[in-house]
Amino acid sequence: MRSVIKMMIVAAAIAGTVTSCKKESTPSPEPPVTADTGVVYMEFFTSVGGSNLILNSQWYKNENGDSFKVSKFNYYISNVVLNGSDGTADYTEANSYHLIEHSATPSEMAFSMNDVPAGKYKSVTFMIGVDSLHNVSGAQDGALDPAKGNFWSWNTGYIMLKFEGNSPKAPTTDGMLMFHCGGFSGANNVLKTLTLALPNEVEVTKSITPHIHLQADVLSLFKSPNVIDFSTLTTIHMPGANAKKLSDNYANMFTIKYAGI
Amino acid sequence: MRKTILIVIIAMTVAGMTTVGTGCKKDTTDPAPDTSGLVRFIVPQGWPQPYYTFQNNELTQEGFELGRKLFYDVRLSRDNAISCASCHTQFSAFSHLDHPLSHGIDGLFGTRNAQGVFNMAWKPSFFWDGGVVNLENQPINPIENPVEMDEKITDVVAELGALPEYKPMFKSAFGDETVNSQRIFKALAQFMATLVSADSKYDKWTRGETGGEMTAQELNGLELFRTKCATCHKEPLFSDYTFRNNGLTPDGSLNDTGRAHITNMPGDRYKFMVPSLRNVDLTRPYMHDGRFNTLDAVLEHYRTGVVPTDNIDDVLKGGIAMTDEEKADIIAFLKTLTDQTFIKDKRFAEP
Repeated sequence: MRSVIKMMIVAAAIAGTVTSCKKESTPSPEPPVTADTGVVYMEFFTSVGGSNLILNSQWYKNENGDSFKVSKFNYYISNVVLNGSDGTADYTEANSYHLIEHSATPSEMAFSMNDVPAGKYKSVTFMIGVDSLHNVSGAQDGALDPAKGNFWSWNTGYIMLKFEGNSPKAPTTDGMLMFHCGGFSGANNVLKTLTLALPNEVEVTKSITPHIHLQADVLSLFKSPNVIDFSTLTTIHMPGANAKKLSDNYANMFTIKYAGI
Repeated sequence: MRKTILIVIIAMTVAGMTTVGTGCKKDTTDPAPDTSGLVRFIVPQGWPQPYYTFQNNELTQEGFELGRKLFYDVRLSRDNAISCASCHTQFSAFSHLDHPLSHGIDGLFGTRNAQGVFNMAWKPSFFWDGGVVNLENQPINPIENPVEMDEKITDVVAELGALPEYKPMFKSAFGDETVNSQRIFKALAQFMATLVSADSKYDKWTRGETGGEMTAQELNGLELFRTKCATCHKEPLFSDYTFRNNGLTPDGSLNDTGRAHITNMPGDRYKFMVPSLRNVDLTRPYMHDGRFNTLDAVLEHYRTGVVPTDNIDDVLKGGIAMTDEEKADIIAFLKTLTDQTFIKDKRFAEP
């Protein structure tokens, strides 16, 4: 009899969901996780070739030999998974959306995952960009708030990666370069999911907080497989072939420099 | 196993009944003139299921009222001159009567005709080019468009957040006083999605109700409409919401390529979303750029004015043949799509 009642409760909950009337069917909260959890700190760095990116003042040279400066560089990281080893289950971050905006202050380019089960982890999987579902699911908040300025309102979707700067090679006003890469469906899909092995396994416990350092190299954006020539490509402001080209490049942008405490 | 399914079915039925009994306003009965002032979302009989289902945005009286207040609030524009309702007035089915192109602040003009805001929950995408695919992502466009409200959403959040009158409204709609863009958009979506227009003479006729008595001319017009127009303007929403090039001469001064603006595909040039014809007698002028002032001019376009551009829709090649009498009958029918209940519904009026 008890199981029948339970079934009815479940069914009632389902029925409530189906009719979209959620007031009466708030599920009871999950029991608290009793296993030990710890914190993993993800830090992002931007390099150009071998050196740290300096906005606005420093000149750089792309693969094509074009000089350029950078005024803005940011991107979304989402759907982060830590892949376990030695019997540790994979950890999937909940509500995993982070806008990484290049800043001279390293702490602004970092986030922590606070509920990682104790265990050993060997690699990290993440998406550059925002998954297609969250591009079409209505008004979002947090990192996905359109007020952050990385959302195309007229052609719904997130700007997954934004590079702005200038180059004397660019035939635009003040040599302006503006690459806003987005697009989440069909041929225009720029979403890239990467799995990068950590240089060494890390252990998470209640008291051990590993740091993982990910480095994005701006030069990779213009290098391979598509060499970008600033005299012919200066602006990307909607999904399409050029955004796709750049995304195939920035799929190779990240390396993990460090993993440990 | 069979027993389990039976239990589930019974339980679902019970849950469904409970749901109705406890005041969830979502059901599928016929609409009746509402005098309670309470918001309801009802799928009219015979209509398809809506795209917008209030997922993660439960429809509440408080959320609806907040959305309504926002819709009528000029503070959503940069110079506090215009609100959503400035270009979407209830008496014209929330369109902008007699304005070919939308008017923004500082006397600026947009490039497109403001459409009626009704039955939004059934639209798979929004605007003439379908660039927006979720109702909650629609309002940011007019708010931030430099030739419409020209305001930054960050400024709207800051401005409304500083107003004492909004604090209790956000609290009762969303649980606390926090004002953010997500809540603004969700509240506006609640208001817009509940603007259901389904009580025209035609609707009453389909339901066999008083007030639905059609004249012989209107019925003849309906029959003609079904053969000549309904391929695109499909009942019951009177649109299939596809994008089509309907043979208008492109306006060189506007240079609006329509759907291609979104897809970048040459094959989509000058295609625009088929508009619903509900309330069409109230929403002149017509077409994406408001170039025609009368229904007669619209039908004349389809009869004699279709320009065979590259992407002309197959069904419009050669235009639509009709006699003067047939044209008059179709127009008589189109006028039965005016929904007086909707445009006079006090729940949707300025609070």
